[in-house]
Amino acid sequence: MANPDKLPPTPAQTVGPYFGMALTPEGSSRLVPEDHPDAILISGTLTDGAGGPVKEGMIEIWQAGAHGMYPNQPSPADDAFIGFGTCHTADDGSYEFITMKPGPVPAPGGGNQAPHINLAVNGLGILKPLRTRIYFSDEAEANAKDPVLQGVEEERRALLVARVDGQKAMFDITLQGERETPFFKV
Amino acid sequence: MPADPSPDPSEYPRESDPTVPPYFHPNVKATRLRAPKRPLISLTHTLSESTGPIFGDTAVAEHEHDLTKQHQGEPVGQRIILYGRVRDSDGRGIPNALLEIWQANSAGRYVHKWDPYDAPLDPNFSGVGRCLTDDQGHYSFVTIKPGPYPFGNHYNAWRPAHIHFSVFGTSFVTRLITQMYFPDDPLLSQDPIFNAIPDEAARRRAICEFDLDATVADWANAYRFDIVLRGPRATPMET
Repeated sequence: MANPDKLPPTPAQTVGPYFGMALTPEGSSRLVPEDHPDAILISGTLTDGAGGPVKEGMIEIWQAGAHGMYPNQPSPADDAFIGFGTCHTADDGSYEFITMKPGPVPAPGGGNQAPHINLAVNGLGILKPLRTRIYFSDEAEANAKDPVLQGVEEERRALLVARVDGQKAMFDITLQGERETPFFKV
Repeated sequence: MPADPSPDPSEYPRESDPTVPPYFHPNVKATRLRAPKRPLISLTHTLSESTGPIFGDTAVAEHEHDLTKQHQGEPVGQRIILYGRVRDSDGRGIPNALLEIWQANSAGRYVHKWDPYDAPLDPNFSGVGRCLTDDQGHYSFVTIKPGPYPFGNHYNAWRPAHIHFSVFGTSFVTRLITQMYFPDDPLLSQDPIFNAIPDEAARRRAICEFDLDATVADWANAYRFDIVLRGPRATPMET
């Protein structure tokens, strides 16, 4: 890791409470129009270790489109889909995105990863990004084979699976406690 | 744009190294209920980590890089040129990186409804700027040096003058959010946020340099802030 030929990285600092001045502009949590045939509403709440809402939270998502292609891969299936969204949590800690459910994307070494959305959580009191993934409850078979999800202790896996109900998916993010969201070291 | 499907994960310094703050820091009050308590789970990089959003020229409008020209009049304060280069860990400039900055005005006040400080707002300063790096990774802003301001971490706590940076490089995992500080600021030593970076050399990398050569006579001082994003460039762009 400590390769002397490599330039050392600029250190991260917290996004602080006032990022809404510059980041999370209006409309940035809507990746597809509401009337898009594949639109889904992903929503949930960001809560702290006392169970309280985190209102100074920024949630960013990065995902493949419905065909399992990331937008910067060659020949993206849907040129208009940017795959990136960002949302400032509300006073009650809630967030929501309107997007499309991603398709399966390739896994290293062959096969596919289960459909998932990559998340970064920043905010006041969060000194560097917290990274996690949203999987989907209607993809049980693919989830059972997903190399990243299977790397999470079995009893915590369900915390990474959004509850899908038609065109809606619920995914809460909990920073501490019994239901602490599994976060990844990337 | 072609994406490399198999970047070597070992090339990326992990976020657990001493150059970045830990999630929990005893001196930063707000981390107490917000730092995860369970160990992070290691993740071998996949396409999901090695790709990231790309922003085209249309992402930035003309005056967004000049925070002194966004209103009818000039903002109050010390006019500065803030420039630098965004590179990967191999030293290669990162083109078309989107940089977004936000900051307090020269009195230490943010244009934000939650800012409790009673310092005056400046009708000619919003404190938000954006730009894209050029082909070699260079960027440049014109702004006003921000003032320090008190904050609620502990009795008589002050934030040193700083500018918030958001940088999108080439992948979702190398995206950087940080704060840039100014040299010789006497408030740095008491700031728990800055000092949450464990490594002294890394703390220095969060401080810009005064650059006399880049100042413009009769107009503005200049500071240079170079940014290095983690890891090699995930998306090959050389032709």
